[in-house]
This record gives sequence, C-alpha cells and structure tokens, in this order.
Amino acid sequence: MYALRALALVMCSAVFGGCGYNTLQQQDEQVKSAWSEVLNQYQRRADLVPNLVNTVKGAVAAEKDILDSVVEARARATSIQATPELIENPQAFKQWQAAQGELSSALSRLMVVVERYPDLKSISGFNDLRAQLEGTENRIAVARKRYIDAVQNYNVTVRSFPTNLTAKVFGYTEKQNFSVENEAEISKPPAVDFSEAPAQTPPAETAG
Amino acid sequence: MSRFSVWSLGSSLSLLLCVCAFAQVAVPPLRAPVTDLTQTLTAGEIAALEARLREFEERKGSQIAILLVPTTEPETIEQYAIRVAEAWQLGRRGVDDGVLLLVAKEDRAVRIEVGYGLEGALPDVLANRITDQVIVPRFQQGDYFGGLSQAVERIVAVLEGEPLPEPEPDAVPSEGFGSLLPILFMLVVLGSGVARSLFGSFGGASVTAAVAGVLAWLLTHALSIAIGAGVIAFLFGLFSGGMGGGGRGWSNRGRWGGGWSGGWGGGLRGGGLGGGWSGVGGTFGGGGASGRW
Repeated sequence: MYALRALALVMCSAVFGGCGYNTLQQQDEQVKSAWSEVLNQYQRRADLVPNLVNTVKGAVAAEKDILDSVVEARARATSIQATPELIENPQAFKQWQAAQGELSSALSRLMVVVERYPDLKSISGFNDLRAQLEGTENRIAVARKRYIDAVQNYNVTVRSFPTNLTAKVFGYTEKQNFSVENEAEISKPPAVDFSEAPAQTPPAETAG
Repeated sequence: MSRFSVWSLGSSLSLLLCVCAFAQVAVPPLRAPVTDLTQTLTAGEIAALEARLREFEERKGSQIAILLVPTTEPETIEQYAIRVAEAWQLGRRGVDDGVLLLVAKEDRAVRIEVGYGLEGALPDVLANRITDQVIVPRFQQGDYFGGLSQAVERIVAVLEGEPLPEPEPDAVPSEGFGSLLPILFMLVVLGSGVARSLFGSFGGASVTAAVAGVLAWLLTHALSIAIGAGVIAFLFGLFSGGMGGGGRGWSNRGRWGGGWSGGWGGGLRGGGLGGGWSGVGGTFGGGGASGRW
C-alpha cells in the first residue's frame, strides 16, 4: 500500500514535470531577469548622457546640431516607460527599441565628431566619460545577447509540443526579441539631418 | 506555422550556430593563471606572473587570469573576452571577483574584463586608466611582460583595499552542514525504506546512496563528503532492513538502480578532479575597458 502510494506520487510528479510547467516557470524568470539587466544598462547609459554633453559642450560648441540630437534622442528614449511588461507588447517594444537605437546612433555620431577636437582629450573628465560610455555600450551588448538567448529558450518551450499546451493553459505567450534586421536599419545613421553634402542626397530620401 | 517548418528553422539555426562556432576563435581550456598562446612570454616570466597571481588568490580569494591570443578575429576583443570569461568563470560563485586580462597580439588590442563583484572596486574608468597609462605605453615598446606585470600590480593594489569575503580553505564543509546532518540521516532512514520496497534491497540501497550523495554534494560542494554520505547511505540501506524480504520480485530493477548510481558517481569524480587551476563560478557582465596600441 505504502509502496503503491509512493509510486503514484513519483508518477504524478513525473507527469507534472513532463508537461513542462516547471521549465516554463524557470525560463520565464530567466527572461525577466535578463530583461531587467537590459533595462538597467540602458538606464545607465541614459544617466551618462547629460554628463557627457555638459563636458563636451564647451569644446565642441560648433557641433550644436549633433549635441541637440543627442539630447533629444535621450529625451525620447527615456520618455517611454521602460517597464517589465514591455516584452509582452510588440508595439511598445518596437517603439522603445527604435528610440534606444536613435540614441545609439546619435551618440556614436557625437563620439566620431569629438575625435576632431584634440584639445578635448586633454580634459581628463572626458576620457573617463568616454571609458564609461564604452563600458556601458559593451554591457548593453552583453545584456542584449543574454536576453536574446533567454527568450530563444523560452519561445522554443512555448511553441514546441507538448509544452505548448501547458503554455496555452496557463497563458504563457511568446516574448519579444531583438530583431537583427531592425537593428541594422536603426543603427544606420539617418540620411537627412547632418550629412555633410545635402546636395548629393536625392530629394526623395531627404523626406524620409 | 506547421511543426515541420518550425523544426527545419530550428535545425538550420543550429547549423548556422555550428558554422559560426567554427569560424570563431576557440576558448582555450583554463589550466593555469597565465595562458600564452603566442609564445611571447618566457617560461620564467610566466612563472613569475603565476606566482604573483596564485599568491594573491590565496590571500584575498580573487582570481586574476591572463590570456594572450594571436587574434580574436572575426569577433571584437570585447565579444571574445566575454566568451572567455563565461567559459572560465573566474572568481568565486556569488562574489564574482574575477578579472581577465586579455591580449590579442596581432590585433594590437588589450582588454581588462571585470567580474560583476568588482565593478565597484575596479570601474571602467580605472580599468581604462590601467590599459591606457600602464599597458599600452609598454606594449608599444614591445615590453609585454612589463606591461602585464605592472597591470597586475595595479589591479592587485586596487583590489587589496576592497573588503571582500575571506578566502575559504579548500574543501572544508560549510557551517550549515553540521546542523543538516540529522535531517539527512532521517531522510536516508525514511527514503531507504521506500526505495527498498520499490527497487528491492540492492537497488533501493543504490538509489538511496545516489540521492544522499547528490544531496550532500549540493549542500557542501565537497566531493569527499558526498562520496562518504553515499557509501554510508548505501551500507545503511543494504543492511538495515535486508531481512525484510521485500526485494525478491524487483531484482531486475535492482540491477538497473545499481548501474545508474555507479554512472553518476563516476561522472562526478571525473568532473571534480580535472585540471590544475580553474574558475570557481564567478560571473561577468561586460564591465571593464579595452585599449589599442
């Protein structure tokens, strides 16, 4: 009798484990923690930007356009509430990603421009800020990669049989991932604002 | 989307991953604090660096490793560094106090990769100063040993002032284990009864031994204790109620149980005693700084 009951218990837990409920829980948590790390690092970058702009402002006053674009892109990126729920909502996720991508490209243009100002490098604060910015960009890259891996694992579980049934019962849906095509499009600097020779760009493109 | 297309997508993705993995520079196995794949340092220089790093680890607990590779192409040095750091797991689990000093000689690039737990002590700004002011000028003159040893001294000096947990002596069981012993014993007593009625006397004892061994392993991280617990549990399970006579009908299962526990034990032992020096579970998040010369 005792043995039978124990056997039933073992089988029960095997069935329960086999349906992937625990796997779903675990991978869902992994996605969430990977996502908060991504948000964390993007926030860190947003916090660095005002410092950076203030430090270089005096030296590169001639590049007002680029400085403004950085400030604006930061404002837009931080205006989107970066909540954990963002990964459940494709629309909001796309918007948020686009805004962060804009900030990335504005920042990288600024860092290219400041190379032309050798006296900036003598300001020790600037070198430190640049190191911080580079470190943060690298952390973002790492956090994104880990998030992509976590979502990949999770989405495979949600879609494959028989765990997709469990996922459906408990309302687990696919999560949004960073898309590479989109990324390439975002990180391409826009053809409009700051191209050195506006005459060369055809009018059709300047409109976009 | 049909299941087949999902499947084929998955397999083509994994194929792609395999191809990528071939194109990347492989992460070398970690056997010692200094790994020189470029034959830049002499044996004496390597020994001097290793002595310093081992001494620091014994005293402070933090692990610093140096890796010299010819190139990291097609990856950037940052991408390669985080892969090495993830594979090597420098630093202690939970403390995450590892540092990787990576040199890509032909790329003329160097990177200090800092573990999570040291990002406060060795922030990007400091790491950047060490690469810019200590390493790069010496590397430009071809003084690789000087650059590395000075960088190590600077990193050690920074970490010296950091309040980190004391290094633990090897393989001493954690404090909590003593208080958990009675519970483990109770589990063995109860569990061996159940297991015996399910798997027979030999099989039941094997299963109990395996479970007890794994539990002890998880609780203490000490292999000797895990094996000891397994052996004791096995003997207990075999002899405590052997005359009960429940085991006859399940003898086949018994043999299966024995084989399984044997395989587990062998696997554990094989994993436990490999290599001379290795990371202890530290994690990295991409902190640090790179420099070029």
